[in-house]
Amino acid sequence: MGVAQPIPIPPPPSPYGVVYFRISQSCGKEREMDRKIRVLVAKPGLDGHDRGAKVIARALRDAGMEVIYTGLQQTPPMIVEAALQEDVDVIGLSILSGAHMTLLPKITQLLHDQGMDDVLVVAGGIISDADARTLMQQHGVAAVYGPGASTRDIVRYIQENVGTRKA
Amino acid sequence: MLSSSVLRLPSSILVQTVELAHSLLSGNRRALARGITIAETGGAPARALLSAVYPATGRAHIIGITGAPGAGKSTLVNSLALHWRRAGKTIGVIAVDPTSPFSGGAILGDRIRMQPLGGDPGIFIRSMASRGRLGGIARATGDAIALLDAAGFDIVLIETVGAGQSEVEIAGAAQTTLVIEVPGMGDDVQSIKAGILEIADIFVVNKADREGADALIGQLRAMLRLGGPPPDGWEPPIVPAIAIRDQGIAEIAAEIERHRAHLGASGQLAMRDRDRAGREFQRIIQEAALEQLRARYAGAAWDALVDHIAARELDPYTAAAQLLEPGVSK
Repeated sequence: MGVAQPIPIPPPPSPYGVVYFRISQSCGKEREMDRKIRVLVAKPGLDGHDRGAKVIARALRDAGMEVIYTGLQQTPPMIVEAALQEDVDVIGLSILSGAHMTLLPKITQLLHDQGMDDVLVVAGGIISDADARTLMQQHGVAAVYGPGASTRDIVRYIQENVGTRKA
Repeated sequence: MLSSSVLRLPSSILVQTVELAHSLLSGNRRALARGITIAETGGAPARALLSAVYPATGRAHIIGITGAPGAGKSTLVNSLALHWRRAGKTIGVIAVDPTSPFSGGAILGDRIRMQPLGGDPGIFIRSMASRGRLGGIARATGDAIALLDAAGFDIVLIETVGAGQSEVEIAGAAQTTLVIEVPGMGDDVQSIKAGILEIADIFVVNKADREGADALIGQLRAMLRLGGPPPDGWEPPIVPAIAIRDQGIAEIAAEIERHRAHLGASGQLAMRDRDRAGREFQRIIQEAALEQLRARYAGAAWDALVDHIAARELDPYTAAAQLLEPGVSK
């Protein structure tokens, strides 16, 4: 069977009990197991173009991740429902319109309601440092990246922090 | 139901897996989503989960939709799903996209065309990457179908890219296979020779308002006539459609229904299901047997064996026989 790996996070509190525990993590790395990082990339709100989101999507793919790209004009409930069905590890949100203080807290609240606090929420776009701090400290956003951020940094952040979110 | 010792799984994990199975079977969507991930990851937890849900499978109508990139498959899936929802049916959709052979990653973009389906509790959409499989579907697609079936969806739709002769695995996984063709997409004579046309139970000529639509329909008819009377009595219909305008959708749904009735009446459904069960069983045995052997001969022992084989000191056939039956001499 091999050495059992220590469990990195406790199961998140949810009305469904412990069943959402990531079973593959506790079983160790068996040879035939094929665990990929799944990322939902979404553009909530009324942004008109998605060039940046597509650049990120390609970078994540090139880093070996599976990227579910949902396109423009997504509402928070659509994003959370897609994240649920696709069982993603990460949600990447790109917001250029300035509506991040409305949209991001809505999304993280819906994730919390669904018991999905273990999903890493990473935001990018035009977000001030002050707003970024508020989002990270008070609204469950894990990381915020500005327009100049390197895709390599984002990839590395995801790889290092997936599965480590506290409930 | 497998025991924890047979599965080589800690009993606590087995208990959690069985709880997940129960949750999934009673309609919990998050459990279903997590179950599909476990199936994709593979290994003992996946086997435990699929073992637990197996008795609940066998009810859904499993439909495959394939065709070249750009043929309008996702749009068609969207239109068909909306049509079936109006008739009160529930639909699970699996959209398969290719994994990059260089990075191992994938961009799964089929959901974009299915926006109108979002938020409908009667629909569940899951994107899957092929993860190195070349036949058009992923290794775990069959498992994902079983999970959606067990979760109670009336219809399970699998959408996959099929452009040439090798992306035909969908026909083995589905009960009814649709091949979507589009006029003006290159050399039509060439396309008639491709294996993908042989797997079609129903042809759809999408974007039928484009130039060349009638010619394509004619070529498909001619190709079907060349093949002679079909052995199972089903002549694949050719249905023109303009999916983006919802034209032809009701006709396609009617043909799908007619095919299902034909499969039932002719005994084909039971026969194909039995064939599929046999093939799946064999695949499961192969995976489980290999995993058990690799667990027994791990790390240095395995490497030493491969070194002997590479140095021609041992041939791989004898080595395999020795692994499978310890004590067998050369």
